[in-house]
Amino acid sequence: MTTLLIPMIKRPLHPTGIWNWITTIDHKKIGLLYGATAFINFLIGGIEAILIRAQLSGSNADIITPEVYNQLFTMHGTTMIFLAIMPLSAAFFNYLIPLQIGARDVAFPRLNAFSYWVFLAGTIILHSSWLFGSAPNSGWFSYAPLTSVAYNPGHGMDFWIVGLQVLGIASLAASFNFIVTIINMRAPGMTLMRMPLFTWMTFITAILLVLAFPVITVALIELMFDRSFGTNFFFAPAGADPVLWQHLFWVFGHPEVYILILPAMGIVSEILPTFSKKPLFGYSTVILAGAIIAFMGWLVWSHHMFTVGLGPIPNSVFTITTMAIAIPTGIKIFNWIFTMWKGSITFSTPMLYAIGFIVTFTIGGISGVMHAMSSSDAQQQDTYFVVAHFHYVLFGGAMMGIFGGLYYWFPKFSGRMFSEKLGKVQFFLLFIGQNITFFPMHFVGMDGMPRRIYTYSGEMGWTALNALETSGSILVVISVLLFLHNIVKSWRSGEEAPGDPWDARTLEWSISSPPPEYNFEVIPEVHTVDEWWARKRGLLGEQSPSVGSNEKGEIHLPQPSFWPLVSAIGIFIGGYGLIYSYPVAIVGLVIMMVGVYSWSFEPVNDPD
Amino acid sequence: MAEATASNHESEHQTTTGLNHRKILMWVFLGSDCMFFATLIATYLVYKGKSLSGPMPLDVFSIPVTTVSTFVLLMSSMSMVLAYAALRKGSLKGYRTWILSTVILGSTFLGFQTFEFYEFANHHVHIDCINPVDLTDYEQGLFDKNCKDGVDHYDAQHGLTPKTNLFGTTFFVLTGLHGTHVTIGVIWLMSLFLYSFKKGGVTPERHLDTDLAALYWHFVDVVWIVIFAVVYLFGVFEGFPS
Ligand code: HEM
Ligand SMILES: [Cu+2]
Repeated sequence: MTTLLIPMIKRPLHPTGIWNWITTIDHKKIGLLYGATAFINFLIGGIEAILIRAQLSGSNADIITPEVYNQLFTMHGTTMIFLAIMPLSAAFFNYLIPLQIGARDVAFPRLNAFSYWVFLAGTIILHSSWLFGSAPNSGWFSYAPLTSVAYNPGHGMDFWIVGLQVLGIASLAASFNFIVTIINMRAPGMTLMRMPLFTWMTFITAILLVLAFPVITVALIELMFDRSFGTNFFFAPAGADPVLWQHLFWVFGHPEVYILILPAMGIVSEILPTFSKKPLFGYSTVILAGAIIAFMGWLVWSHHMFTVGLGPIPNSVFTITTMAIAIPTGIKIFNWIFTMWKGSITFSTPMLYAIGFIVTFTIGGISGVMHAMSSSDAQQQDTYFVVAHFHYVLFGGAMMGIFGGLYYWFPKFSGRMFSEKLGKVQFFLLFIGQNITFFPMHFVGMDGMPRRIYTYSGEMGWTALNALETSGSILVVISVLLFLHNIVKSWRSGEEAPGDPWDARTLEWSISSPPPEYNFEVIPEVHTVDEWWARKRGLLGEQSPSVGSNEKGEIHLPQPSFWPLVSAIGIFIGGYGLIYSYPVAIVGLVIMMVGVYSWSFEPVNDPD
Repeated sequence: MAEATASNHESEHQTTTGLNHRKILMWVFLGSDCMFFATLIATYLVYKGKSLSGPMPLDVFSIPVTTVSTFVLLMSSMSMVLAYAALRKGSLKGYRTWILSTVILGSTFLGFQTFEFYEFANHHVHIDCINPVDLTDYEQGLFDKNCKDGVDHYDAQHGLTPKTNLFGTTFFVLTGLHGTHVTIGVIWLMSLFLYSFKKGGVTPERHLDTDLAALYWHFVDVVWIVIFAVVYLFGVFEGFPS
């Protein structure tokens, strides 16, 4: 026992260079790591998408074999949802939550590092399936029994199962952390109803995630047992009902789509007031609408299963609940519009993105309400109409919000300004390209073009619109490259950014850009929503602007640690072990245990 | 903030609610774990009675045996409470005694579970063909099939494994994952026990370490009560006599 207590590796008290990043537990650095990794994933998912579009650009094309086509759309969806949008949101959570609530770090800095490394492990596991020649191929929702060994031999599904399981660990750990941070680390005076909107949406997202992920965890365990140990969960000959998988997946899956969109809604709710020079219209209504959406998100899952044949009663019930969810969504949209109403608006790049978000997201919401009607959905299920819908909400919604957020907080992250001109060009390219790509999908979908077919005959009359869609996707590619160019160049040589370049409202803008390691020299005391704005405008009256709760010079930051990384490496090795060989899985487990033990016996701070 | 500071003398940092971060973390984790078990139990219930072949719950369950193991687990929760109380009172000796009892009781429960799994996997059916009494539906089926003229008894192995039928699949995975939770708890408590021999390892001031383990332990115990009721008791329940 005592051997475990003696640290096997000396604690990296003052790491330099790359070790500085590897052992970091600073939420800002972890946020940047998340952001960079997730953006690379976004590019990989983008390459997959372009290959799909290339294959569909003309009728009877044979650029890609049907097998690879299946792998491409599966990996594209899985990558974009689990490896790009979710971790991009996590990047914002990491970087911004402590800054917005006036804290020096998250509640569990080492757990935070652990989340990142485990996320990276899951990323590598999933992408590496290409290298092992067996990428998963059953779609991002992997319906049974297509996923059984009988129909899906090889390791593709195993990569998918293990990859998602590992990513689930990362997301759960991160969400535990953010829930505790938001509940328990707010600056004095920051009551719940004074929290910035983005913090609120993060809070709701984290709660959703903590409740939704266990469902998919169990579903994946069951699938894994079916595949590896011959159990009968989804095995119809033993009397099982493969529709159970659909239920489990969508009970998780629909809350998941809100996990994807709520952070973007939070971002937009920060950008709009700043560039309209007005407080958010109906602050508490927007929060309440978010909470209602999150709650109702649990009551609608079967709208993904309208054509399964659950019967008229379930279909009607789920039609009603699904339509009802459009109400709180609509409330938010009106609140955003009223925020801009009579504001003095600056159309800078982040603001363009926020407005673009409202437009495209609303279109996606409308098509959502259209196929919320189960009788109508019978015509639309599994056609390109649905593909149009979820790209409007995910690309036009979640990704546009994220792009807006990346521009908005870029000065804070980097201490530099980006090129506003390039940013605007990039926005319009993306906005136009995305609409050219996805709008025609409504029409080919209505015309009956099924999703997930690798080609179609010229006689169907879909060729022209498909060619148009592919050309739109090229605009999207160009705009993403332009974004990268802008970011990389500005990070190197952009103009230096002041602490508060946008004349913004929340606490993260009250400190320098980039923030010092300890964030706040003096923990601020909060008196109102939009505290920083109130201080700048002298709206606090007699109240003293800030009360020091920490004398300068005694700021204690938690120290770097190896153990989160070691534990994550254990999980990484264990993941491959589960796919290829159980003894290796045990090795991974042991490494993880060593990591976790050493971590729990390592004090937060060693004497320096 | 004044109250928070006052009530918080034990933890290093001042927190918004006055509660320790780790305590909230544990509660959030348990909330999440509830969904984990809820999904497993839901799967079990969806497939209840849907197995195409036996053995069925009535064939394998032995309620007296499982009642004993349930009792053992309940007692372990009590000794956990006593361990924590001893620690708060500053009695390290009492702490060690009770935490070790908890470990032993927890391990005993796991022993029962292993025994039970083994029994189920090697389940034997004995049917007296001349004078059959109290046959379950499954045994009746075997009786009809195997007790031809001139056969006076039927005796064969009809084990229940995760592969046998839907009951086996859902039963073993649900109880197995619960057993995994118990195992983790036992390892955790064992670590605390050993750690208490290190000077300053376990102290009344650092009671939170034990508090968290106890919270987890009680949760796992409560989940078992649900499983015992839903899986075992409802499994053998044949309706009220009319
Ligand atoms: C007004 C709100 C919304 C309504 C009424 C709605 C309704 C629907 C319905 C009925 C379907 C099933 C269509 C089918 O398969 O035939 C669907 C699919 C989908 N929705 Fe929504 N939706 C809404 C918002 C969102 C949001 C905000 C997101 C994500 C950010 C989202 C993402 C998706 C995805 C990914 C699918 C397709 C899943 C798949 O089949 O691969 N939806 N939506
Ligand atoms: Cu849905």
